[in-house]
Order: sequence, then structure tokens, then C-alpha cells
Amino acid sequence: MADLSLARVADPEAAAAGRRFLAGRIAIYGILGVFALIYLAPLVVVVLNSFREQPEIARNGLINLPRSFTLEAWSSAWGSYCIGGTCEGMKRNFLNSLAMTIPATIISTLLGALNGYVLSKWRFRGSEALFTLMLLGVFMPGQIALMPWAFVLGKLGLTNSTYGLVLVHVIQGISFTTLFCRNYYVSIPDDLIKAARIDGAGFWRIFRKIVLPLSPPILIVTVIWQFTGIWNEYLFGVVFTSGREQPITAALVALTAGGTTARTYDVMSAAVLIGALPPLLVYFFGGKYFVRGLTQGAIK
Amino acid sequence: MSSLVIRSLRKNYGAHEVLKGVDLEAQEGEFIALVGPSGCGKSTLLSMIAGLETVTSGEIRIGGRLVNSVPPKDRDIAMVFQSYALYPTMTARENITFGMESRGVPKAERDAAVKRVAALLQIEALLGRKPGQLSGGQRQRVAMGRALVRDPKLFLFDEPLSNLDAKLRVEMRTEIKKLHHRVGKTTIYVTHDQVEAMTLASRIAVMHRGELQQFAEPHVTYNRPTNMFVAGFMGSPSMNFIPAQLTRADDRVAVTFPLADGGSAVLPLATDVAAERIGRAVVLGVRPEHLSRYDAEIHARKPGIATLSAPVEVVEPTGAETIAVLRFGALEVVGRFEPDSAPRMGERIRLGVDMTRACLFDPETQRLI
Ligand SMILES: Nc1ncnc2c1ncn2[C@@H]1O[C@H](COP(=O)(O)OP(=O)(O)OP(=O)(O)O)[C@@H](O)[C@H]1O
Ligand SMILES: [Mg+2]
Repeated sequence: MADLSLARVADPEAAAAGRRFLAGRIAIYGILGVFALIYLAPLVVVVLNSFREQPEIARNGLINLPRSFTLEAWSSAWGSYCIGGTCEGMKRNFLNSLAMTIPATIISTLLGALNGYVLSKWRFRGSEALFTLMLLGVFMPGQIALMPWAFVLGKLGLTNSTYGLVLVHVIQGISFTTLFCRNYYVSIPDDLIKAARIDGAGFWRIFRKIVLPLSPPILIVTVIWQFTGIWNEYLFGVVFTSGREQPITAALVALTAGGTTARTYDVMSAAVLIGALPPLLVYFFGGKYFVRGLTQGAIK
Repeated sequence: MSSLVIRSLRKNYGAHEVLKGVDLEAQEGEFIALVGPSGCGKSTLLSMIAGLETVTSGEIRIGGRLVNSVPPKDRDIAMVFQSYALYPTMTARENITFGMESRGVPKAERDAAVKRVAALLQIEALLGRKPGQLSGGQRQRVAMGRALVRDPKLFLFDEPLSNLDAKLRVEMRTEIKKLHHRVGKTTIYVTHDQVEAMTLASRIAVMHRGELQQFAEPHVTYNRPTNMFVAGFMGSPSMNFIPAQLTRADDRVAVTFPLADGGSAVLPLATDVAAERIGRAVVLGVRPEHLSRYDAEIHARKPGIATLSAPVEVVEPTGAETIAVLRFGALEVVGRFEPDSAPRMGERIRLGVDMTRACLFDPETQRLI
């Protein structure tokens, strides 16, 4: 756009300014392009390797242009590759991850919305202090909670189970979801709540009919945040589950750590991509709502 | 019958006293305006009547029933908020019916009620729109509709017109007056616009710092304000306060105060005062419209006109009237004149002061004498 309008200007000084502008642009886009390449290179390597044949990788090296094409690695990684004695591929771990991430995301988001609603619209004595305490959870690294969780899951009989991980992720996530929702709901005018109370609506009806319908922007943010966070998390998965019960992130660790067989870069690449696909898709389809939701208040 | 009675109502926020014992009552069908400067506790009082704020002490009765601890929905009230507080995700129709829906009113009845209210407020065409698609005035109407549809015992309005532009505000003011005439419901109307209060109310409650200053008919509040705060708050431009001395001149009691030329003005009172006040300091309160250019012919026919001359410092013609700033000694005094008898800049004008309308205040207690 800019250079089109500049082309019509006859003034030599303006033309010089135009050239400087153009040079500046080229430099900026050049630098940006280089960084983008650096950032994308690993992804490109992994994607390419997942379609190469293992012998060809071994012959030509990991980082090289593909000279063969096969879907073998994908189907093996999905359904038949052997990790630690069982030969079921990643499929079961992938399903474990779904079974862990989806309920944990939904429950922690709903609890966050409810907490945020109470902490912003039904303040009570000590609610600010409670909120401050919940915020501590945002800054507390997950490793600190490892031992207590081990104890709790043991007591509940939920070790080595997806339910246990759901519980862990719901609780670990509540600080974040509460923070997001509470800060968003603060911008909903209190008068709306008052008007609804006069209109005869109670706590739940106000939540369902007035607060939730205003919430999609922040709920989308929270869901994306929680989904990617829980899916990608592997520390709890590695520690609290093993073998067939592991979520896919933990299984990937096992896959790369298994030193018994020769390195199978083709299958590993495909497995990594299988593990990365859901968060990528979520971000791909929800990313623009994510940005919009973060910058938007409740009432325009 | 009184539809609202408030007895020594108090409200504290922690150590901060917001209402310090307010007494108020509204007869059936009355329109009470609650006025006062920002922060004086008007909204707090209204919220307490609505049940949105707790009562620290005192009592609130609606239709004879003590409602201190009755939740808002069971008080049989409807409220219009300054911000309108329309539910943003609902259409105008849904906004209006939300309350009935919460109360489980059958659909047919709801539809009939919306129809009636929409016709009353002329918002039939807007019912399908969301608040974001309405102009300020239209939102205001929908907010009124939401209150009207309820047919409550008591209407509460919290500065419903303050977000509108000046022209629309005057229009809606008339509209509200007509509406109240037609519906005839007891209304408590908060405003800090004293013109709104004067034009709409059957009685005005003036509040200041959490205390009720005066509760009376508009003309009483305007003409016989109980103290200097009410006198200064009601009326625009505000009443002039002139520190003066009560003296006996000839056989009449008069107020006297120094003028710019070193002399002093002596204005005979039109009414009597207690003998022990003579010789003491007072504050003379004169509204701008009670000053006029002295005209021997006209003023001879009117009793109680005192005269004095004063230099004119500023003249502000507004079209319908001319506001002038006059100098009385160290004081600036504002007068309001007919355009054709308006003072000229720099002129020394001979004024007639309507002493029958003047107020005297005790400088210590600030109360009307
Ligand atoms: N929740 C609260 N906590 C502490 N103080 C409050 C609270 N709400 C109101 N106040 C104080 O109470 C006083 C009265 O407030 P209120 O809103 O009733 O004033 P108002 O007369 O309606 O003023 P305005 O004309 O500006 O609306 C103010 O000094 C305000 O700071
Ligand atoms: Mg207010």
C-alpha cells in the first residue's frame, strides 16, 4: 500500500525518504524471516523425518532432505510400536491424554468461572484474602506439589489412573482459571447483578442467565490455556502413572529413553507429532479468539 | 396511606457514617425527589430501600410492612439505574420479561404485559434489539419498561436521566412526569439536578452529608429553605448570601451592609423579626431573580421593594435572560434580569430588591430566621 502511493510522488526528497522506508522494511522482514526459519526448523525436520524410511535416515543423516516417502512410521507410532514390552504404539496413551485433558479442562474452567463469579460479585468478609491465597497457586511451581499429591492419590487409591491425573490437573489449574475469570467478571457492572436481584433472580439464575452468556471470550481463553497446559504437562504423568496408563507426554519420554533398541527416528518423529497435534489444532482454530478474549472486557 | 416510611435510618461502612438518621415518608402515589451533592448518600439510601444494602439501624416500611431484612425480590419494588443496567446479552423484550420469568409468570401473561408497556413507552419497534443496538434515550426507555412492567408498590429511580444529553433530558423529564400522572405509583427519584427535582416532585428531600436537610413541597424548599445549604443548593444561579447587620432605621427593622463606594446599604425588612436579634449579625439571602432594575413606576405599586446602587462587573446574556455580576462591597452578587432592562457593562445600576422574598439566616447555626 505505502509504496504505491509513494511512487506517484515526484519530489526527490520524498522519493529518497520512500527508498529509506523501503530499505527499512526489507531489513525488518529479513530479520523476522530469519528468526521464523530458526524457530520453525525443528518442526520441519520432525515433519519430514516422520515420512522418511528409517534406513534412509540412517544412511543420509537426521537433518537432510527426504529421498523416500512412507506412512509406515505414522501407523507404527499410532498402533504397533513396542515400548517397554507392549506393542500398542501411542494410541492408548493418546486416548489416555484425551480422557485426562478434556474432563480436567471442563471441570477446572467451570470451577474457575464459579469462583470468579463469587469472588467478584458476591464478595464476603475475607474474600479478597482468599483470592490472594489462590493467586499463590499461580506462582507455585508444580513440582512443589509432587509429594503431597503422591500422598493424597495414594490415600484415595488413584495412583496410576487417569482419574487421579484429572483430579491433580483440576486442582492445579483452579488458580489460573479463577484468576482469569475473576479479573474478567470484575468488569461486569455490579448494577447488572443488582437489577437481576430485584428482578427476582438468585445466585444460580444470575450466573446462568447473565454472567455465563457474557463469558464466552474468557471461557475460550481459559479452555485453550487449560487444554494446552494439561495436555503438554508430563511431570505428574511420569511420576504418578506408568506403562499403559501414561498420558502421551509421559509415554514420549519413555519412548526416547528406551535405550534397548536402535534409535527409530522415523517412529519417534511421528509419535512426537501425534502428541503435539491436539494443542496445535486447538491453537490453530482457537488462537484468534484467544488473543481477542485476552484483550476484551465483558461489556463493549 | 403511607406507602413508604423510613425511621431514623443509619448506614455505616466500617467507621464511615454514610447515613446519619434519615426520616422520610411517602404517601400513596407521591413523587419524592431525593437531591443532594455527590456523595451525600442518595444512592445508598435508595439501595437500602431496594434491599441491596443492609440496614445498620432504623427501619424501612413499604406499604406498612417492615422490610429491613426482606430480600429485594420480595419488597415489591422496581428500580431504574443510572447506568440502566440492561442485560447486554438479552433483547429489549427479554430484558423486560426477565423479572416475570424469574417469578414464573406464564408466557401469555408476560406477552400481554410487554405489549402494554411497549405501547406506553413507544418502544414496540425496539423489542427485538439488544441494548448495544439502542441509543441512550432508547435504552433509558427500555430500562423504564423493565420497571413499569412489574406493577410494583414502589418505583425507585437513581439518576435515570443523567447519562442523556441536555435536550433529551428535558424531553424525558416531561415524559416521566406524564408517565407518573398516568401510572400514579409512589416514586422515589434520586437526582442531583435541582431543576428535575423542582419540576417532577410533589415533595423534595434535600440531603447533605448523610442528613436530611429539608423535606417539603418544591415551592417551600425554594422559597423558605430551612438553612443556607438548602438555599444555596436549590436554584441556579444560587442564592446570594450577604453578611449584614440587623438595625432599626426610623421605625422599621432593616438589614445593612457595606457597599463598594464606602457607603452602606440599608434595606428595610418586609417581615418582622424577634426584637433580641436587632443589632446582631445576620446573613441576607437574595435569589438572583429578586434583583431588578429599579423602576419607580412599577416598584411603587409593589410593596417591600428596597433599593440600592451597585457597579456592574460582568454581563452574560443567555437570550431568555441576562445574568449580571454586581459588586456589593467586597462581595460579588449575581442578578438575573429581563433582557430589555439588563444592566450594561461598567454601568452603576440602581436596583430594586424584593424584600418580601428575601431570607434571613443565622450566621452561626446557618438556619433560617
Ligand atoms: N461500598 C461502600 N463502601 C464504603 N463507602 C461507600 C460504599 N458505597 C458508598 N460509599 C460512600 O458512601 C457515600 C455516599 O455514597 P452514595 O453513592 O450514596 O452517594 P450519592 O449521593 O449517590 O452520590 P452521587 O450523586 O455521586 O451518585 C460516599 O461517600 C461513598 O464514598
Ligand atoms: Mg448515586
